[in-house]
Amino acid sequence: MPELLNLLLVIVLLFNFLMLGTSRLRAVIDAAAAQGILLGVAYLAMHGASGFRALALGVAMIGIKGVLIPRILRDALRSQGIRREVEPFVSFTTSLLLGALATGLSVVFARTLPLAAEDANVLLIPASLATQLTGFIVLTTRRKALTQVVGYLTLENGIFIFGLTLIEAMPFLVEAGVLLDVLVGVFVMGIVVDHISREFSSIDSDELTELRE
Amino acid sequence: MRLLEAALHLAVVLLASPLLLGVIQRTKARMAGRRGAPLLQPYYDLAKLLRKDVVLSRTTTWVFVAGPAASVATAVVASLLVPFGERVAPLAFAGDLILFAYLFGLGRFFTIAAALDTGSSFEGMGGAREATFSALAEPALFLALLVLVSLRGSLSLSGLVGDDTHVLWAAAVAPVALACLSLFVVLLAENSRIPFDDPATHLELTMIHEVMVLDHSGPLLGAALWGAAQKLFVQSALLVRILVPLPEGPAPLRWACFLAAVLALGVGIGLVESTMARLRLRQIPMLLITASLLSAFGIVLLVR
Repeated sequence: MPELLNLLLVIVLLFNFLMLGTSRLRAVIDAAAAQGILLGVAYLAMHGASGFRALALGVAMIGIKGVLIPRILRDALRSQGIRREVEPFVSFTTSLLLGALATGLSVVFARTLPLAAEDANVLLIPASLATQLTGFIVLTTRRKALTQVVGYLTLENGIFIFGLTLIEAMPFLVEAGVLLDVLVGVFVMGIVVDHISREFSSIDSDELTELRE
Repeated sequence: MRLLEAALHLAVVLLASPLLLGVIQRTKARMAGRRGAPLLQPYYDLAKLLRKDVVLSRTTTWVFVAGPAASVATAVVASLLVPFGERVAPLAFAGDLILFAYLFGLGRFFTIAAALDTGSSFEGMGGAREATFSALAEPALFLALLVLVSLRGSLSLSGLVGDDTHVLWAAAVAPVALACLSLFVVLLAENSRIPFDDPATHLELTMIHEVMVLDHSGPLLGAALWGAAQKLFVQSALLVRILVPLPEGPAPLRWACFLAAVLALGVGIGLVESTMARLRLRQIPMLLITASLLSAFGIVLLVR
């Protein structure tokens, strides 16, 4: 069981690298979607048998993060007619190296934490930290508003991994609420993206830093 | 018995290596909807080249002739370090994986020197590219081997992949898979396969290996191509020995399984080449760095 979970988490981490290394927005969105699906599967594998509540949340997770949100983002992508992140603030190679560094440091840091024995030999904590840091890197180094939304989504994925360790203690309502928040957040951001592009004829968030009359 | 197997080992690397190229080319042709050249076409090409005369430019020296010779010699010696169908390679000692990596480095040095020896700026450009990309492929290779070393505790290739490679997979699936992925990228880069270089093109500005042997002709070109085929075969053999645990059983069975697995890897390479476009030159370092990072990540997972 921990073997399977570790394998899923390693794949999640590989998608982090893909997200940091590619310039294609479509691939970035697909990677975030795949992460959502993998985490939903991990959740179901861990707790799916424990009742209707867990089953519903796992399926909702896959549905919302793996299918619904990516579809919204892909639609936005298509309507904007852009395909690549051009000239991010930090080059792709550098952000990839930063991501690798963040992953390495998360593994080192997780060893120093006083974890419960059953969590210590699973990759949950390092994967969670690394995914959150990847989300931060994507959020801060990319120009396109759409990529920033995906960075936000990745950040949330990281928090969800952290939540996997606390499943027993966390009430259903909280998690469902978080999922809903993310969905609403993406909706709002979709609208923001649309407004930026209508106002400036591009979705470069850099345009927002200039004041105009 | 051991001598016999060593002889078989040499015969396989010398004679079967062009077949791997043939399989790759056939796969690519099939994927493109063509019937393709016969599987033995690389042999016909080599036979044709060996019968031809050599044209030597007046600017070249002995270095020009040494290039192809060194590429064949180093590939053959390196092959002796990798177990094929046997449990222990004909040559095995602690630390031979470093010799393995730098034998190819030596061959590459002579190939580049021969390219520079022609005095052509075009070939010099190819040599510069080869040197740059192989320098980036080297950390990826060593990090991938380091994953295996830390799992098996041996510094010899025979100890790493000689037998019971399923032990590797049982010990840690994810790091071994990452190492294999990174070795595959190194294999494609070192042998100038498609995401890095297009072996089918001539006189294109982004090619690497083909440009370095552009001025070689006749038997010299044949030797250069044969050496390249052996290099591809040996590096594929290493990857195959990690990927496919050979069955316990009599030697012929193991050898047959080994050869089948190498040719299957050839089909895999052909599929990758048919489905991918060649990368822009600027993006190649990025892919190689990614390969290194994957192996490094595997090591982090292991020492965690």
